[in-house]
Amino acid sequence: MRLELVKRPQRSMLFSMLSPFIAFALTVIAGALMFAFLGVNPATALFTYFISPITEVWQIHELAIKAAPLILIAVGLSVCYRANIWNIGAEGQFVIGAIAGSIIPVLYPEMQGPFVLPMMLLMGMVGGALYAGIPAFLKARFGTNEILTSLMLVYVAQLFLDWMVRGPWRDPKGFNFPQTVQFNSSAVLPEIMPMSGRANWGFLFALIAAVLIWFMMSRMLKGFEVRVLGSSPRAGRFAGFSLNRMVFFAFMVSGALAGLAGISEVSGAIGQLQPSISPGYGFTAIIVAFLGRLNPLGIVAAGLVLGLTYLGGEAAQSVLGISDKVARVFQGMLLFFVLGCDTLIHYRIRLVGLGAPKPQVAAKLEEAR
Amino acid sequence: MDITVNILMTIATAATPLLIAAIGELVVERSGVLNLGVEGMMVMGTIGGFGAAYLTGNPWIGLFAGIALGAIFSLLFAVMTLSLATNQVATGLSLTILGLGLSGMMGTNFVGLPGERLPNLYIPVLTDIPVIGRLLFGQDPIFYMSIVLVIAVAWFLFRTRTGLTLRSIGDSHTSAHALGIQVIRYRYLAVVFGGACAGLAGAHLSLVYTPQWVENMTAGRGWIALALVVFASWRPLRVLAGAYIFGAVWIGQLHAQAFGIPVPSQFLSSLPYLATIVVLVLISRNKRLTMMNTPASLGQPFVPDR
Repeated sequence: MRLELVKRPQRSMLFSMLSPFIAFALTVIAGALMFAFLGVNPATALFTYFISPITEVWQIHELAIKAAPLILIAVGLSVCYRANIWNIGAEGQFVIGAIAGSIIPVLYPEMQGPFVLPMMLLMGMVGGALYAGIPAFLKARFGTNEILTSLMLVYVAQLFLDWMVRGPWRDPKGFNFPQTVQFNSSAVLPEIMPMSGRANWGFLFALIAAVLIWFMMSRMLKGFEVRVLGSSPRAGRFAGFSLNRMVFFAFMVSGALAGLAGISEVSGAIGQLQPSISPGYGFTAIIVAFLGRLNPLGIVAAGLVLGLTYLGGEAAQSVLGISDKVARVFQGMLLFFVLGCDTLIHYRIRLVGLGAPKPQVAAKLEEAR
Repeated sequence: MDITVNILMTIATAATPLLIAAIGELVVERSGVLNLGVEGMMVMGTIGGFGAAYLTGNPWIGLFAGIALGAIFSLLFAVMTLSLATNQVATGLSLTILGLGLSGMMGTNFVGLPGERLPNLYIPVLTDIPVIGRLLFGQDPIFYMSIVLVIAVAWFLFRTRTGLTLRSIGDSHTSAHALGIQVIRYRYLAVVFGGACAGLAGAHLSLVYTPQWVENMTAGRGWIALALVVFASWRPLRVLAGAYIFGAVWIGQLHAQAFGIPVPSQFLSSLPYLATIVVLVLISRNKRLTMMNTPASLGQPFVPDR
């Protein structure tokens, strides 16, 4: 028995809409099997994982906190992936953005005032964009594979952060803990509705970024340029678009958004720099981008779903006593199923080779052709 | 003299997993498939190797479990990219994410436990020869496998008909298909071979390099192996050279840290990753070399038309 793909005459709108939902359903089913295998009642486990983390208002705030960096990063990555440019180093750009944005609150903690926060955010974006500029430069100038260079820079960025918080930026009054000083109040990202929960402006930034990038991709010439160069670089060249400039543009946009996510996370959710500031947001955002169909508005929804997998992982650990690594497994499965379901957009799937077809069936198949 | 031998031995130990993972990926890429999931398959190899060795008390069973887990895991990638024609870059990434998650979950109870180590070879008279004795006859078993693997792959790719067929598929799957070659079947075998190699490389880490299990213990080695394939411009013997250069960098920075060189340890730790970038840049500057050797249909999905 084997699978056979039959090309559809045109892409199926139906499956284009349905595929993320089918993928999610398959993930839930596979998750239920996994829980059963681990000896946990699947119904209880799924409830704990997907429902219990969002039953109260303050929990919705926690979801927004987890979703904000995912959406910000994924929106930027969608520009890259549309242009067929593979930035997978967003985790590193996130870290460098966080460091660059923390320069003011760490080195000049006495600085106060309304200008501090905008400066921090701006510096975070610049830091992330410049760091993303490295693989962009290497690709444009030398043709170096951007997948590997951007990924290697993740390790470099994490080690650099580790050195900063243990070395030059360590809080002298922090009992030797590897962390910087606590940011002062004017360097902390305000909460949206402090009455009901902790969610900060980072989530608003994510929504604004999603709308802006959506507008650019669907209503502006630049967005058209991204899509043309992504689907056919040759056609793009004839139209006068420069692939090298696009490499820089896509990397810098996604780097800036990842940097913004980094400084927002540090300034909003954590309040200081630590050796580890991200549970792999930069990599999970890749899944968010694909689950959201590389469409900024879809990415907002996908970001909430993936944010939920983090909360579910925490809940599974505290309630069911399962490792919170279960979150990574869910995330990986989700991406697998999304990619698999996307095949249905362009192809029909047929199972063949289950013995020879009966004569009347064969005749019908012939007729159908 | 003894110190030199020890350093050379540790370089070989550091280079072996890179070499094995890279040689497997080389075969995969020669068949025209880009599997970015090396890190994920490798980390499955570490947990398979450690887990089976710990539970049975026999590191050899661990070795085979590592290989098997890597191969089975790569099958997931093969079904997706070959049978369902999904995007290879994205599928490879998801394989890595899934591998890191699954291994982390499977290994929760293994953290901090003492592991089983594969014993080094010992041949009475030969191993006792000063200096070269230990280098040639006193290494771990996987070291010898890695050398045999390189020679076998080089011979297979460039001296056998099947190897030629595999390379032709990598260069033009449409022409190969038109000639009646079973493109998908060859690619399945290549991907699973790559997975088995990555699994073996991972098993080396948890059975020889550091006989214990730590989460994410591959530490980017799978990605470095991918870079090695590019660096070697898809030639097996150059992979061998590259892996030993990287092994030397890896060990060199560890020794530098141990000697207390006045450079922060984090900077030294980032050397292997920076070296990877430098090497990739140097190689990609030479456009002719890369253009000539890159499998022409690398990374492109193939759906046979019937």
